[in-house]
Amino acid sequence: MDGQLQFIQLEVMVVVLGLLVLLADLFLSESARRSLGYIAAGSLGFVFLLSFRGGYTDLAEGEAFGEIYRLDGLALFFKRFFLLTAIFVLVFTVDFASRLRSGVSEYLAFILFALSGMMFASSANDFSLLFVAIELITVTFYILVSFQRHRMHSLEAGVKYLILGAVSSAFLVYGIALVFGEAGSLKFDAIRDAHAGLLGSKVFLFGMLFVFAGLAFKISAFPFQVWAPDVYQGAPTPTTTFLAVGSKAAGFVLLIRLFGSVVPELTAQWAGMLMVVAALTILYGNLCALPQRNLKRLLAYSGIANAGYMLMGIVVQSDEGTAAILYYLAGYLFTLVAAFMIINLLTRDGEGEDISCLAGLGKRSPFLALTLTLAVVSLAGIPPLAGFFGKFLLVKAIAVKAFGDAGYFALLAVAVFGVVVSIYYYFGIIRTIYWSKDTTDNSPVAVAWPTRVALGLCVAAILYLGILPNKPINWADAAAKIETK
Amino acid sequence: MDWLLIIVLLPLLAAAAVGFIPDSQRRMIRGITIGASGLSLLCALIAFCTFKVGSGLQFETKVVWVESLGLHFHLAADGINIGIILMGAIVSFAAACCADDITHRVKEFHVLLNLMIGGILGTFASMDLFFFYFFHELALVPTFIMIGVWGRGANRNYATYKITLYLSLGALLALIGLIGVYVQTGAESFSIPDLIATVQESPIDESAQQWIFPLLMFGFGILVSLWPFHTWAPLGYGAAPTATAMLHAGVLKKFGLYGIIRVAIPMAPVGAQSWLGVLAWLALANLLFCGLVAVRQKDLNLLIGNSSVAHMGFIFLGIASLNVIGLTGAVLVMIAHGLLAALAFGLSGHLYRQTGSLDMSRMGGLLRQMPLAGSALLMVLLAGCGLPGFANFAGEVTIFFGAWAAGLKVVTVIAAWSALVIGGLYMMRAIRNILHGPRGDDWAKASDVSPLIATALGLLLAALLVFGFAPWLLTEGIKGEVTKSVLLPKPSAVAGQIQTTEVAGR
Repeated sequence: MDGQLQFIQLEVMVVVLGLLVLLADLFLSESARRSLGYIAAGSLGFVFLLSFRGGYTDLAEGEAFGEIYRLDGLALFFKRFFLLTAIFVLVFTVDFASRLRSGVSEYLAFILFALSGMMFASSANDFSLLFVAIELITVTFYILVSFQRHRMHSLEAGVKYLILGAVSSAFLVYGIALVFGEAGSLKFDAIRDAHAGLLGSKVFLFGMLFVFAGLAFKISAFPFQVWAPDVYQGAPTPTTTFLAVGSKAAGFVLLIRLFGSVVPELTAQWAGMLMVVAALTILYGNLCALPQRNLKRLLAYSGIANAGYMLMGIVVQSDEGTAAILYYLAGYLFTLVAAFMIINLLTRDGEGEDISCLAGLGKRSPFLALTLTLAVVSLAGIPPLAGFFGKFLLVKAIAVKAFGDAGYFALLAVAVFGVVVSIYYYFGIIRTIYWSKDTTDNSPVAVAWPTRVALGLCVAAILYLGILPNKPINWADAAAKIETK
Repeated sequence: MDWLLIIVLLPLLAAAAVGFIPDSQRRMIRGITIGASGLSLLCALIAFCTFKVGSGLQFETKVVWVESLGLHFHLAADGINIGIILMGAIVSFAAACCADDITHRVKEFHVLLNLMIGGILGTFASMDLFFFYFFHELALVPTFIMIGVWGRGANRNYATYKITLYLSLGALLALIGLIGVYVQTGAESFSIPDLIATVQESPIDESAQQWIFPLLMFGFGILVSLWPFHTWAPLGYGAAPTATAMLHAGVLKKFGLYGIIRVAIPMAPVGAQSWLGVLAWLALANLLFCGLVAVRQKDLNLLIGNSSVAHMGFIFLGIASLNVIGLTGAVLVMIAHGLLAALAFGLSGHLYRQTGSLDMSRMGGLLRQMPLAGSALLMVLLAGCGLPGFANFAGEVTIFFGAWAAGLKVVTVIAAWSALVIGGLYMMRAIRNILHGPRGDDWAKASDVSPLIATALGLLLAALLVFGFAPWLLTEGIKGEVTKSVLLPKPSAVAGQIQTTEVAGR
């Protein structure tokens, strides 16, 4: 057993860190608590570095706890991804701390617990672990979303997330039960062997459909996207960031593992349905983003659209497609973190999240203006930034099949249409930053140095992923190859 | 020497340098920009003069960029792009000189201007599909921002959105076509020479070609204002600052045409044969429809913009003829039109500065008022309707030969008539309204061009005349490369055509 604990050393460290944060809360003064976020972020940075340690990476391709937990390239990639996301979110939280009112330390601890759930999800090799990990994420998010109890919007968002999240969990667990009934096992390895023979079974298909629905809720794919705009808008901004990046990526790692490597023949059979879901998600997200004035809402809709693009990578069912999703997510992490951080700096507690709060930013703070511009341009998929390269890889993966299959071609056409529409609303943001005249506030924006460093790192990463993609592509390629026994 | 690398890097370095200079150092910012583009021009001139016709790719720089995808940073010149690079460098220098009408946020404008110049020169020097596209976007994004922030007129916002959306759509369609080329050849390389070599061995599947070619044709076509996707162009140029309009209308727009000649035809020759008939008729619509629209314009910029869109029809027609003469003519007009459009927008920019209006009905007698600018404008307008002696004539007449030889007789006849009659009509009317007659009331205080702008515009005019009298400086190189492209779709027909070209050349 102790040999097996090595596999979950990172998760254990994160959970212990969360408990320590809760404990420290008892002994620290009010002012010291504020910097607890930085300490936690620093500790996570240490955990992040530990994930590169030879002793840990040597465990790759191993399974533990009766094969329910699997550590492979994909899991490693996502664990690091989640750790990075959480580091940014923790730094972000310190900026936000004064608006939380109720305990900051609890907020930090819940972020860490959600993080551990995400890290478990990336290694799930069994439906039971999948469900537990998802629940760990979702339940902590119920709290994180409604954390600002003094704000109606936050509570409303929390209730919405709770109801819809519970419905999706119900779908998930019911689906798992049906799959278990037919396949006789919860283990992915067993289902992988058995699923080809079960494609004719309606019960199995229904089960998998329900599982898909449960995961589609996490990534906010059409038709399970309704919660996203309201929750993104109402939740405290650090929660929104973590939800938009971490929770979505957790949905994707499970989709990749499940539909990419566990039931590939089912995915092939469902390619048509998945294409329709991807296309509708892209259309819905982009078209609904058009009239939005609230920045968090706008990013929620653009997040729906981005989930649609990434679903394309699952539809094509190739290592290239998977690698493209990973690359896309990496770019998405830095762009969204930067965007939400800046929106947070410019707004006060749920007010003034209107797009007009960006007016005059070009003069108020050239650094923030440039960072937000880069983030938005990257989201729009314009070279030489991270978002462009992600989209480029996705399109390339699709194009392999598109010339010869009208369905893929139509999907590509929808994606192009979506990108053009998105350029319109992203461009609106940039226009407001630089040439909107209707601003009353011309004061410079104060930015704490850790936030400044975090933003600088985001900019560097967006540029690096866009301009020098040689190495990151190799990492994504290596992570995307899921070895199966 | 890696001349191309220097040509491309100079403006990009200048962009970085300008970024570090405070906004108040206006003279320094201008100096660096003009200096960098001037040096680029010098290098381009040296490259052009030392270029050896018929000895393959020259001035190569090749660095592996992304190994697993076969991406290379690959700059090289052959017969087609050496002329375009020279033209691009001349226009860039001229545009940098004409950019002194910018009065606010000078630093930001010049950073973007330098980026745009670097992007433009990089686009035409790239031999790798990815960088070809990358540099184009690098030049395109500053275009949008420049129009949005420094543009003129009440329609500025609308024009910015329109040009952004149209050009983004075009670029995306072209990108998908380019990725399709990469995926379908199976060459595992984005390098254009590698791709062509692969296609010669084993062509792309014909059914895929029927998808790829229209994607590239319409994608690139939108970028070049192919009818009916042209409406962004007059509007956008009307709202753009002088230097931006010169660079975009003159050089950047030629990206699409260059892409069709360089990539679409060699990669999808079968697709080309079935789609170029459509292109010929759309080209005719460009000439006829936009020509007629130009007749009705009262604003000088809109006139130039529409006539520039109409001129794209010639080039499309040359491409549609898919023979050596037609394609040679197309490249020649690309270069000639680049110089001409830059000159026209440079002059209209100067006029706009004088009174803040380009309403032709209020102008008049400007030839006496500003002899230098006036006579330059006279020459521009005459060159625009195809006066022999200017490079445009040489190219257009070649295209007519090519299109006639390709059997596009009806199209050619209508095109020739519309070009001569409609083009002549609006150009002559513009000359009468602007340059002759009694002086317009608002123009009493208008002054002639400054020495700097006079030099820049003189350079453009000189190039136009040099290539008009000695088109063989360009055609020799173009012909060799174009022959290779035409050889792919029509191996048998080429031998005969080369002789015809030589006859036409004499």
